[in-house]
Amino acid sequence: MPSAPNSFRTGPDERGHFGIFGGRYVAETLMPLILDLEKAYNAAKADPTFQNELDYLLEHYAGRPSPLYYAKRLTEKLGGAKIYFKRDELNHTGSHKINNVLGQVLLAKRMGKTRVIAETGAGQHGVATATACALFDIPCVVFMGAVDVARQAPNVVRMNMLGAEVRAVTAGSATLKDAMNEALRDWVATCENTFYCIGTVAGPHPYPAMVRDFQCVIGNETRVQMMKAEGRLPDTLVACIGGGSNAMGLFHPFLDDKGVRLVGVEAGGKGVETGEHAASLTGGRPGVLHGNRTYLLQDAEGQITEAHSISAGLDYPGIGPEHSWLKEAGRIEYVSATDDEALAAFQMLCKLEGIIPALEPAHALGHVIKLAPTLPKDNLLVMNLCGRGDKDVFAVAERLGMKI
Amino acid sequence: MSRIAKRFARLKADKRAGLVTYVTAGDPNLDVSYQILKGLPAAGADLIELGMPFTDPMADGPSIQLAGQRALKAGITVDATFDMVRRFRKETGDNDTPILLMGYYNLVYQRGPERFCKDAAAAGVDGFILVDLPPEEADELKPHAVAAGIDTVLLTAPTTDDARLPAVLKYSSGFVYFVSVLGITGTSSATEEAVRTHVERIKRHTDLPIGVGFGIRTPDQAAAIARHADAAVVGSAIVERVKAGLDDGGKAKPDLVPGVFAYIKALADGVRGVRKA
Repeated sequence: MPSAPNSFRTGPDERGHFGIFGGRYVAETLMPLILDLEKAYNAAKADPTFQNELDYLLEHYAGRPSPLYYAKRLTEKLGGAKIYFKRDELNHTGSHKINNVLGQVLLAKRMGKTRVIAETGAGQHGVATATACALFDIPCVVFMGAVDVARQAPNVVRMNMLGAEVRAVTAGSATLKDAMNEALRDWVATCENTFYCIGTVAGPHPYPAMVRDFQCVIGNETRVQMMKAEGRLPDTLVACIGGGSNAMGLFHPFLDDKGVRLVGVEAGGKGVETGEHAASLTGGRPGVLHGNRTYLLQDAEGQITEAHSISAGLDYPGIGPEHSWLKEAGRIEYVSATDDEALAAFQMLCKLEGIIPALEPAHALGHVIKLAPTLPKDNLLVMNLCGRGDKDVFAVAERLGMKI
Repeated sequence: MSRIAKRFARLKADKRAGLVTYVTAGDPNLDVSYQILKGLPAAGADLIELGMPFTDPMADGPSIQLAGQRALKAGITVDATFDMVRRFRKETGDNDTPILLMGYYNLVYQRGPERFCKDAAAAGVDGFILVDLPPEEADELKPHAVAAGIDTVLLTAPTTDDARLPAVLKYSSGFVYFVSVLGITGTSSATEEAVRTHVERIKRHTDLPIGVGFGIRTPDQAAAIARHADAAVVGSAIVERVKAGLDDGGKAKPDLVPGVFAYIKALADGVRGVRKA
């Protein structure tokens, strides 16, 4: 295990590496484009005009800051840690995805790109991208696995209404991984005018760092809000992880606060021991896919295996490279919650707090239900409630045998 | 001198360009795939690219994606791919035709770059073309490839400008592969004029031979490339001939292998019809 660095917040290095993870494993055709993107992003980051425009949109268009809400009834029910929710499900478009998309689409505009493409799993990133593209009047194409098109139908309708073209991808397992393959194939042919808006902290450098930076608004707000509510930093942060953008956004600003315990919850599917899961860090090993080196679900030879999760947003055999690095550095704990635990958590939150969560943060809650009772009552726990469940109500109703 | 360097020296002496043929290892099954590999030189292939199937071929179009799926279903592995090459060298006695493995880096990384290079060299492999390993990430492979005597053929694209070319060339040996179009394999084709301009530009930076690929489907197109480049690379169109030789149940029809060879012969005639200075 590598020795602990002075700061966990300095990565990646100039070649986009977090330890051995990350990097730029892309076809040569794309390489000059991602170098351009890196330059353009660094320039935008240093430009107050860009930051001001983004801040304005985050506040007045997306509705930030999202509230930090003390979940009193849940806390009493679980009888342990004092549970707060970071309410990113209240953002415009219904999830944390808008934080990143507004940044990237502003950057696309700044770079003079005339077309935006995106991949999507649950459809939350697709909807956010379609929304920003409508706002900025840029044509938008969203790649989505055919399986996900079926199980997240409400989001497909939303994207279409917002003027985006949704392309159903039937290759492979027809889920998020295949949508990303297809988006990369489109990009290699259209890179001269097209901006690829990646939805999570993965892909070739600079995407993992750039998406993280845009999502750090979650953790930065949480810090200020918790100081105001309790006069001190939280003790425990919990977030679900597919690619890992909502978790990175919450955790990253706290990486160097040694007293803050960070817990990432992967999708355990039918149980990690069954092999049918999406827990790359728990059940995978390092490999190279989609432009970066990271933990992947794969066979002995390196063929990528299919992930399984009830949640389309977590149904991905990889994870952002910075998470892989932080796992090996021992700074973040990574655990998993099964489909059934997520479903139980989903129902508990509906009835106890009157909040219908997305299936993705329902995984985080599935772990909070186990963890909170083991913690003292003065332990301040923040869970990122990163998406709302409107998109999931029909799928969950069907799974629970409810009549609609 | 490597087999690849010797082959290009021979082509130069013969005053002609070469034909590089791509087939996917294990497509449509291991047996028929070996029959195809064995007969490629006689059909007119000057160099052979043997594709290593990967579950997520991000730079490939539908034809090569499907070929990879057929091969994975038929049970192709990295070891079986090495075995095909070993058997080719032993059974045909062909010690001159270069064989390059083409594919994605994860299969190399999982075996370990050092062991992969050694095993490949021992099997009779001459070079690698790894589409998702740009010069920025090539350091962890290159020393092991050099030690094993394996050439690394890097890709250049229309987007690779003069400022960037030296970085690509620094890691290239054997030849340089110019991807003539923006896009995935087997889709659009470049104009002869565009290819000429780019090849001349790359030639100003290197003495390495230049192979041009992506979108070459007809003997005339192959001949047009041969007028400007040192080799024409054909992949998707060959793989489509393999698919055309399958019946509805996915079994190889008797005319599959002859059909592939007849097509390659026509391409080779196109390339060989061009006399070079």
